Order: sequence, then C-alpha cells, then structure tokens
Amino acid sequence: MAVTLTLPTVLANLAEGNKTLEAEGHTLGDAIDNVSGRYPQLASRLRDEDGTPYPFVTFYLNDQDIRLNGGFDVELHEGDEITIVPAIAGG
Amino acid sequence: MTTSVLAAPPKGQGQGRGRTKLSHDEILRYSRHLILPEVGPQGQQRLKDARVVLIGAGGLGSPAALYLAAAGVGTIGLVDFDVVEESNLQRQVIHGTGTLGQSKLDSASARIRDLNPHVHVERFETRLTSENALEILADFDVVADGTDNFPTRYLVNDACVLLGKPNAYGSIFRFEGQASVFYAKEGPCYRCLFREPPPPGLVPSCAEGGVLGVLPGIVGSIQALEVVKLILGVGETLVGRLVLFDALQLSFRELALRKDPGCPVCGNAPTITELIDYEAFCGIEAAPTYDGAEVSAPDVAREIREGAGVVLLDVREPQEWDICHIEGAMLLPLGTLPATLGALDDRAKIVTYCHKGVRSLKALEILKSAGVSNVRSLRGGIDAWSRAIDPSVPRY
Ligand SMILES: [Zn+2]
Repeated sequence: MAVTLTLPTVLANLAEGNKTLEAEGHTLGDAIDNVSGRYPQLASRLRDEDGTPYPFVTFYLNDQDIRLNGGFDVELHEGDEITIVPAIAGG
Repeated sequence: MTTSVLAAPPKGQGQGRGRTKLSHDEILRYSRHLILPEVGPQGQQRLKDARVVLIGAGGLGSPAALYLAAAGVGTIGLVDFDVVEESNLQRQVIHGTGTLGQSKLDSASARIRDLNPHVHVERFETRLTSENALEILADFDVVADGTDNFPTRYLVNDACVLLGKPNAYGSIFRFEGQASVFYAKEGPCYRCLFREPPPPGLVPSCAEGGVLGVLPGIVGSIQALEVVKLILGVGETLVGRLVLFDALQLSFRELALRKDPGCPVCGNAPTITELIDYEAFCGIEAAPTYDGAEVSAPDVAREIREGAGVVLLDVREPQEWDICHIEGAMLLPLGTLPATLGALDDRAKIVTYCHKGVRSLKALEILKSAGVSNVRSLRGGIDAWSRAIDPSVPRY
C-alpha cells in the first residue's frame, strides 16, 4: 500500500527537510520500517530499539490515534495519511 | 453545547435575570461584548467573576494575559519567577524595553493594570512545584499552561486532573504549535496524549532550537479564546481535540483525542493519585554526572595560549556558527556527529562546545562511545566564553 507520512519540522530535518514522505507497507510498522530504511537518522526518533512506539510520539492514521486501533500492527489502505505528533514543550 | 466551568450564579433574592454589578465605566469598556447575544451582561459578569491562572508569563502567557485582561477576566493569577531579558522581547509582547531587568511579574502586572484597571492580578513569584501547585491552582476556575519545560507540563496536567480543573494548553517549537483543552472531567488529559516525556536533550527547548516570534501570539491567543469559551459556556471548546498549527504552511490540522482508559492519572485505575517528583519523572535527576568531563572557559583559553594542541569542536547548527564562533574552531553539528567522526584525529585534545554547554555533553558521549578518549566539554558553552574570555563574541 502506498501511504503518506506527515512529519513535524523537528523530524523533517532528519529526513532531508521533507515534511511529507511516501511510504509502502501492509501495516503501519512496515511503513515506518520503509521510511526508516531511507532515512536512518529518523528511525530512532519514530520507535525504540525493539520497534515499539515511544510514549512521547503519537501516530495518527487518518485523524485517529493508532494506539486505540492496533498500534503499529494496524493495517494500511491505499492513500492512507499518517500524521506524527511529537511532544513539544516550548512556551 | 458546553456549560460554563463557573458555578451557576445564585438565583432569587431579588437578583433578577440580567442584573449585573458592572459599573458604567465597565459597560462602556465592554460594549462590543455586551451587544453580542452569546456574551451579554451576564456573560461579561461571568468573565468578571472568573479566576484564571496562567502558568508562565513568557511567549504564550504574554498574549493570553493581554487578551484575558482586555476581555475583562476579573482575576488573573500569574506564576513566574523569571526576569525580563532582551532575548524575550522578540515574542513576549507583554514586556517591553522599559521593563528589562524587572521581574516578569512586575512587568506583566503593570502592563495589565494599564490595559484594564478593573482586573485584579494575583502574583505567585515562584517556580510551580509539587509542594505548591495544588494550593495555587485550587483557587482558580481555569488554568492556562504556557510553560517551557516538560516537568512543569506534567505537573500542571496532574494537578489539574486531581483538582478537576480545565487546562487550556498550548505548546510551541520553531514554526509549529499545539493547542487543546485538557479537562479530565469531560475528556482526555495531557497524559492520554503523551504518557511520558521524551528523555532530556532529545527535544531541544526554544532557547536551543529557536522559535518564530509571531507563533506564540497565535497559539497563546487560542489559549485565551478557549479560556473565554470555557467561562462563558459558549461554542465548542478544544476538549477532546488537538489542533496542530504550522506557521510556514499556514495550516491548521485537527486530530481527535480520546481518553486513554489506561491513563495513569485520569484512567480507570489511576496509579498517580498525588503529585510526584516531576524532575525525576522527566529523567532530569537520572542524567549522568560529568565529573572531570567538563572544562571551564579560562582553562581552555590557557591551554590554547600554552599551545597544548586543543581542537575546539563546535557542535551547534550552521546558523548559530554564523552568529558567532570561537576562532580556530571546527563546525561539526551534533546531528551529523556519528557520521562525521572520521574527520577527527583520535589523538587530538578535543573540547566540544555549544551555546550553553548541554549539547556539547551529548557530543562528548557520542565521541566517547566511538572510542575518542581525550575529549572534554566547555562548561557554559560559547556563552561562558563570551563572558569570561572574549567579549567581542556576541551573546545570543
Ligand atoms: Zn489522562
């Protein structure tokens, strides 16, 4: 499945400045592996060494929090949009 | 349809509907509110009766305080312990050149008094801590979180959940902002969104990473707007919704937030039932110590004078290098470091430096784990160098 990932600026800098990335995969975890392969610096910011999500980076699949829909195992469909929301604390 | 977070006004005793205690001055001042059917005299009275506390009088707190004061919120609490500095004025619009060096509370209180003398300011010139947070926040109807660090954000969240208060939340970084209303009585809390903070140093602060000056104006105004809606009980608040704002694209995205049944503070079986040690929770005490790994600016200057073969490694970003750098240094930004290590002679006496001495310690760790043994970090960064050694290097 071809899907789109939207990155915040803080992570786009680790993907050669790209705020949106095209990715391939049957599950969200596959899509993340796919972009991590292309942008190794991004990999460790999206998931930990065991491949599980961090508690301070939330993934949305078409506006729904994936933690409530199967986490990284959630199945993707053609054209899905994934939004990555990291915790920021500036004020 | 929302209801006001304020308790319903007392009925009877001749206090007929529509009667308010607004003075003629106030009626004139708030006339554009009074003619809105959604506000009217009763809504304005609600604003006057409301007590709102702002955590932080900085980038977000500035516009929030100004708009809430202008709108006629009767009591505004301010919690801050900083002093107004020159580098604040690019975005902290409640302060001014004339208040440089004053406490932010003095500066903000004076500005609020000038803007609207009907507003009562309650001052808390302190860091918000686990010891004082419940006591300070308990007396207010709404909290607006505009702090600049993770420990205080989790502290504000947990205190609001424990006290049953709504938190008009805003957060900013570089060109992007987030806003929501965390109100555990009616929806999710901050921990439902981010259960734990990132480890220290992973997400740079605005002081390290920068922030566009107009951005907090937009996000802080959204916080003020949500506070006003919560008080008036009108419209749809951001409870259960997260707004992401991107200043460069000028785009707003809205994401649905759901209450996490496993949330440690507002879930079905909470494990956090009182305030905890938030510095420790955010890993700040767990940070390794760097005994002997740091070196002072005067010592580095002396070693350079004595020709000890010191290699100064600037691990900041190229745009920071363009602001200023130490003569003879070499630029290898922290983010490139594992890959660019090959450029270094492993027999060199390396001193890493950054802006204030935090990132250079991370660089030191990376170099050590790559087998570079003779490496130290400049304590206080180029800022300390400017103060102690070379005043021609501008501070930023
Ligand atoms: Zn929660």
